[in-house]
Amino acid sequence: MLELFTPELLDKSILILVLFLVTLGIAAYSTYFERKVAAFMQDRIGPDRAGPFGILQPLADGGKMFFKEEIMPNASDKLLFILGPSIFMVTSLMTGVVIPWGKDLEMFGRTITLQIADINIGILYVFGVVSLGVYGIMIGGWASNNKYALLGAVRASSQMISYELAMGLSVVAILMFTGSLSMKDIVESQSGSILNWNIFAQPLGFLIFLICAFAECNRTPFDLPECESELVGGYHTEYSSMKLGLFLFAEYINMFISSAVISCLYFGGYNFPFMDMVSNPLLLTVLSVASLFSKIFFFIFFFMWIRWTIPRFRYDQLMRLGWQVLLPLAIFNILLTGGFMTLKDYLKF
Amino acid sequence: MTEYIFYFLSFVSVLTALLVISARNPVHSVLYLILCFFSIAGHYILLNAQFLAIVHIIVYSGAIMVLFLFVVMLLNMNAESEPKKPMFAKLSAVIAGGSLFLVIVTALKKAEMVPVISPAESEIGLVKNLGKVLFNDFLLPFEITSVLFLSAMVGAVLLGKKELD
Repeated sequence: MLELFTPELLDKSILILVLFLVTLGIAAYSTYFERKVAAFMQDRIGPDRAGPFGILQPLADGGKMFFKEEIMPNASDKLLFILGPSIFMVTSLMTGVVIPWGKDLEMFGRTITLQIADINIGILYVFGVVSLGVYGIMIGGWASNNKYALLGAVRASSQMISYELAMGLSVVAILMFTGSLSMKDIVESQSGSILNWNIFAQPLGFLIFLICAFAECNRTPFDLPECESELVGGYHTEYSSMKLGLFLFAEYINMFISSAVISCLYFGGYNFPFMDMVSNPLLLTVLSVASLFSKIFFFIFFFMWIRWTIPRFRYDQLMRLGWQVLLPLAIFNILLTGGFMTLKDYLKF
Repeated sequence: MTEYIFYFLSFVSVLTALLVISARNPVHSVLYLILCFFSIAGHYILLNAQFLAIVHIIVYSGAIMVLFLFVVMLLNMNAESEPKKPMFAKLSAVIAGGSLFLVIVTALKKAEMVPVISPAESEIGLVKNLGKVLFNDFLLPFEITSVLFLSAMVGAVLLGKKELD
């Protein structure tokens, strides 16, 4: 019989709660920073009314969303209409559990792992959950019973499926020399010198992964699913109130999680240079968490930077880029990595 | 604990499988099938076959069923537009299904009970062991299967191209 109430369970529950709150907090403030970054790039001030520097803007937005009128289309499939945004939100929150957020924390005489689940298929789990997020969009778009919503949903899901392939293949190259699917092992293999980070071994793989991450998050230049000039609002055309809020919010969560995955796969995760010079274990844990989060924040900024710099693709260009450029490049990258590894074995250096 | 989870998952998979064929709306049918796949993935996890479970989710639930959903949604099939089938077709379907059911029941009746292997001990479903088995013991069939998949893919592309011209 499994022992149900162990100290580990308490640790994990607290960790899940903290991760949940942090994810929501970061997603909420990403909306604020998105507008501030946009304002900065367009030489405007941006939101500055709610609180000092407009810092309370996300709360005001959230409050507004909750109190807006709820409109349910007459001809919609009621249950699926509600299920759509819920699935999208839940799947985007689920991905964070396999990411190692920092070095082990030693507290109260026990070692607490700052990772909710170290399953040995870690990175595949992320792909599995991401591929489920498509259902939220498709179900929501179909249940709205609106041509534009359906077209937006079809666009979003075919885009996500197409880019998932190249994304998976670019990660295969990392798995080849790490020899493990576990996120923890992948991060640990990059410890030590900054040159051990996978970005130096896999520059091409990183580029492919980054582009695919943009497409998976439906961010500009790949935000075709919600292309206003063609599709009104895309898959969330018929949504209002907090259901619309959930769709928009889940996108920011996706952005946060994909930044975390990029940092873990290519930028050493919680590792930072001169890590072995820190002797205090508590300080080491705090610094490792801070290091991971600074990388994540940089990538969130990078997502926004691209959004306000590069215009949108056309849909056929998007598909051509995915299938005819990124996919062959990813396969070439695998061959290149394999060839290099064989050569290294052969020359024994 | 595992026993209860097993019964729950089995209940869900049988129920959703029945709902797949009884649902009037094709989109609901597809969604029930996805739920059914999920409960089967749950069974794999109970058997400690994590890799099989996640691949099952990625390939079946994540890719194939999305394409099913695409086709069904774009065809816009409704319960109202469903054509009435003649009595003869219904009768022959019942007979064909019934005889398949009979064959399965007799086959299951003759089957011997295999002693249960404790799933926690068998680690065959983990990536490392599975990879070793595939690439050591079953290398030739594994590679031939991949060639088969490739030829199927080339065939599909060729068929798709033909319609364009």
